[in-house]
Amino acid sequence: MIEISNLHASVEGAEILKGINLRVNAGQVHAIMGPNGSGKSTLAQVLAGHPAYDVTEGSVTFEGQDLLDMSPEDRAVGGLFMAFQYPVAIRGITNAYFLRSAVNSLRKSRGEEELDTLDFLDVLDEKLRVIGWDDSLMNRPVNEGFSGGEKKRNEILQLAVLEPKLAILDETDSGLDIDALKIVADAVNKLRTPDNATIVVTHYQRLLNYIQPDFVHVLAGGRIVKSGGKELALELEEKGYDWLTGEPAEAAGVSQ
Amino acid sequence: MTSIETQVNQPYKYGWVTDIDADTVPAGLNEDVIRMISEKKGEPEFMLDWRLKAFRHWSTMVEPTWANVKYEPIDYQSIAYYSAPKPKKQLTSLDEVDPALLETFEKLGIPISERKRLAGVAVDAVFDSVSVATTFREELDKHGVIFCPFSEAVREHPEIVKKYLGTVVPTNDNFFAALNSAVFTDGSFCYVPKGVRCPLELSTYFRINSAGTGQFERTLIIAEEGAYVSYLEGCSAPMRDENQLHAAVVELVALDNAQIKYSTVQNWYPGDKEGKGGIYNFVTKRGKALKNAKISWTQVETGSAITWKYPSCILQGDNSIGEFYSVAVTNNRQQADTGTKMIHLGKNTRSTIVSKGISAGRSQNTYRGQVKVMKGAENARNYSQCDSMLIGDQCGAHTFPYIDVRNSTTTMEHEASTSKVGEDQIFYCQQRGLSAEDAVSMIVNGFCKEVFRELPMEFAVEAQKLLGISLEGSVG
Repeated sequence: MIEISNLHASVEGAEILKGINLRVNAGQVHAIMGPNGSGKSTLAQVLAGHPAYDVTEGSVTFEGQDLLDMSPEDRAVGGLFMAFQYPVAIRGITNAYFLRSAVNSLRKSRGEEELDTLDFLDVLDEKLRVIGWDDSLMNRPVNEGFSGGEKKRNEILQLAVLEPKLAILDETDSGLDIDALKIVADAVNKLRTPDNATIVVTHYQRLLNYIQPDFVHVLAGGRIVKSGGKELALELEEKGYDWLTGEPAEAAGVSQ
Repeated sequence: MTSIETQVNQPYKYGWVTDIDADTVPAGLNEDVIRMISEKKGEPEFMLDWRLKAFRHWSTMVEPTWANVKYEPIDYQSIAYYSAPKPKKQLTSLDEVDPALLETFEKLGIPISERKRLAGVAVDAVFDSVSVATTFREELDKHGVIFCPFSEAVREHPEIVKKYLGTVVPTNDNFFAALNSAVFTDGSFCYVPKGVRCPLELSTYFRINSAGTGQFERTLIIAEEGAYVSYLEGCSAPMRDENQLHAAVVELVALDNAQIKYSTVQNWYPGDKEGKGGIYNFVTKRGKALKNAKISWTQVETGSAITWKYPSCILQGDNSIGEFYSVAVTNNRQQADTGTKMIHLGKNTRSTIVSKGISAGRSQNTYRGQVKVMKGAENARNYSQCDSMLIGDQCGAHTFPYIDVRNSTTTMEHEASTSKVGEDQIFYCQQRGLSAEDAVSMIVNGFCKEVFRELPMEFAVEAQKLLGISLEGSVG
């Protein structure tokens, strides 16, 4: 589904990603772990198309298209979604209105018919049913006055409604207590299909107890230094990152 | 990024010039010019006297410089103070209106036609200094509502004009009001008799055409005891290189238990990206509310190179209410110094101020508001909310609230906030599939919701579109 090849990216002149290689296929969940400053969030932001980052080398192919050549909104139209680490607030616009605008913007770009308010509410109810949540967040302004947990939940709610092909969860677990974590993870799991894929960027192994990855990659110093199965996460939990950060770049994995 | 570039290069939508013979008085300002204007308009003696008095006063006044705006000095002697299209004969129906003129109105999107009537809106279209084709008279006549060009009111209803003109904005009130009082050429006049709820939403469109002509329109709206009227003012003007002065005066008089709602959607040429050209909008607007009366000002200001206006309310009668809802947008090199004055005189008076300032480009947007509670104003209440939004890094927002309270039973609430539409908010929306322009539009509309809610419905939509257009090119 997505193939990242020798990706180099920098921000304000400093190179953060120093040659990332990664392939994710449909139906898979990949976890990206690593110490602070390794470039995990940078990778997520670069894939989403954040304007602050410059791609200096490499390529990314998403569903056969050159991702780096696409504007952020076109990447969304193509089916890419990122759950933000720090979701921003938008005053005066309710979640319901925001989501309906987003859904219709995507539908319009894909040549599909836009949804009116009532149709949208039906779609929304269906999604909420699937993940087992209520609509308490819907009439509140987007992320305005939300607690940390509510913001993260709101990201997942949007994920549920927008049905992307590839979801990148950027440290969705940061700032969440165990219960909130379980709620979020549960929803993500319920939304998995053989046709979509998820990249989970996380600091701690804990989230991966609930969202079981097929592959785990360790990002350190801007490179993937080790790849493995979900046992790798447990190994990291036990040993920390030090034993890996000395290893050379050839260990970067391209998963099957 | 290509879509943004396309938007940036879109020219001002309403910029063109109508090719009509204009009957223009030579430039310059002196008593002869004023006599000429008064004569051309066939005014009675009292009006000429009033004008001359104002002119003599203006000649002694000094132009104010305290506003937070910068502009080249205006040469008042180089402006032509009168410009009217030459009518072939007296116009009694739409069929007789100069077809080129009607085409102008079509382009501006104001068809003086049955369609408008079905929508229930009366239109008094002003072309330069002469009001053309006042419509729907019969409908309003039935209710005794007078809605006509100001110059006509001076001739046909001099007693009403004499009674109220200058009672809310006296000729010596300020420099530009004095100038207006001397050289005003036309505007709207509306009179709603006792107990009548005006059946139609009244509307006026303006256009400044000939180069070097300042527009000095004068509007007077009177709602007698228990009457109600809602009035909408919308403006548009063509592209010009030299700045054009617009110094209007609007007076509202709401007698006991009356209500006047005055809404403005202003879209005048704002100047090009470098700040060249554009309209100077230096306006004096004020309403006086008597016992139990209510005056509401709602404005969406997106145009003009410089906007300098403070629609205000004098809450003279007990229990009177004043409201001010405003969205002021500045982009590129526009400047705005705008706000309101609420003067509490009677007892139990109430005022509400909601001001939303949006700055983008390298513009400067200033809110200046005054809440004044006089000694005898028992139990006065005021709620003020001033919110500023900055788009990008090079614009400025300023707030100067003045609070002058001379009665200790006053309740006052003041909130202010500043927010920035930054890269992150726009990126968040883009990641959800919205274009950068749609994102800015959505964020700004959410910000302005409280004000748009107060606009008459049909114009709330126009206002939202206008906001989108005026913020084009502010992203990226």
